[in-house]
Amino acid sequence: MTARDRTSLAQKAARATPEPVARRIRGLSDRALAWLFISPTIILLLAINIFPLIWTIYLSFTNYHANRPNMNVRWIGLRNYQRILGSEDIWGYLQVTAHFVFWTMVLQLLLGFGLALLINRNFRGSSFWTTVILIPMMLSPAVVGTFWTYLYQPQTGIFSYIVNAFYDFGPLDMIGSVKLAPWAIVIVDTWMWTPYILLLSLAGLRSIPDYLYEAAEIDRANAWQKFWHITFPRVLPFLMLAVLFRGIENFKMFDMVAELTSGGPGSTTELVSITLKRAAFESWKTGYASAFAVILFVTVFGLGNIYVKALNRVKR
Amino acid sequence: MTGQDKKGSIRRFFLRGPWENAATAGIALGVFMLMQPFSMTLYSYSFIVILAATLGFVIVSHFPEGEDG
Repeated sequence: MTARDRTSLAQKAARATPEPVARRIRGLSDRALAWLFISPTIILLLAINIFPLIWTIYLSFTNYHANRPNMNVRWIGLRNYQRILGSEDIWGYLQVTAHFVFWTMVLQLLLGFGLALLINRNFRGSSFWTTVILIPMMLSPAVVGTFWTYLYQPQTGIFSYIVNAFYDFGPLDMIGSVKLAPWAIVIVDTWMWTPYILLLSLAGLRSIPDYLYEAAEIDRANAWQKFWHITFPRVLPFLMLAVLFRGIENFKMFDMVAELTSGGPGSTTELVSITLKRAAFESWKTGYASAFAVILFVTVFGLGNIYVKALNRVKR
Repeated sequence: MTGQDKKGSIRRFFLRGPWENAATAGIALGVFMLMQPFSMTLYSYSFIVILAATLGFVIVSHFPEGEDG
């Protein structure tokens, strides 16, 4: 499109604007116009983000039950917070979440970074394999949770079959066993999200200029020295970013685990999001669940701040 | 000490970098306290640590940056 076409388009749009509207807009300052344009977004944000947040904080100080709308709502101060922060059960669910977050991060980092180092060698067909490896990340977590329940079936699932091909464990009940279920969710999340770490690591590896390696060659650095003094420090900010992002996401993990194990057997895979959902929509303790949500929100918000700080550092 | 020196030293004290690092360490400590399996007492005080550190982070992120950025 030429500059002339653009001018004529602008003229056409100006002609199409009704005179009373045009007169009103012409009288506005730039600042007023800017406010006019961003006000719908601000109103929408206030309505769907800020208001529910403030309302949740308010509810967290009450005994409100959403399934009893006629009940008298009482202000109970910090009692919900005291109950949550004094509950050994909730502490246990947080430890289950910690186990999940820690092991998924360790495995995803090792596998993702390892695969990125391999793919960065640009062997024949490396783009094809990159695409294949990225597929799990593109699937919906609920779908992944559902089809892994089939893969994990002890009698008919392929997971048990493959593991038994290496060593004869007998039928593995990954979802039904108290010992194996926490690892079952770790394996599925690792399968799904390792490609994400791979992508970020690959971005880090490709940002390293070749002249650094050339200078190291001149200095007769061996492969390990090149990795330790050039590759690793240069990729580290990207890895930190990946860990923070996936850590926050896994702290909030719900859908995949809800589909896969629903928190069972017992409560061995009950992550905090599942506990929250149960308190809010099964026990209908809305005030209590709101307090729990506020605790999780503040935690995620705090981690999010660190994430943004790390992101700015990587940008620099 | 002149008024300008005093103002300068106050400004140097309230630089963003070290305060932001302290707030970040506070958040990390709070998250560890929340999810650790060792002490119920640590767990009970975790939220207040995270909340204080997060609010602190929001405040100190408005402090001026040092000359080196």
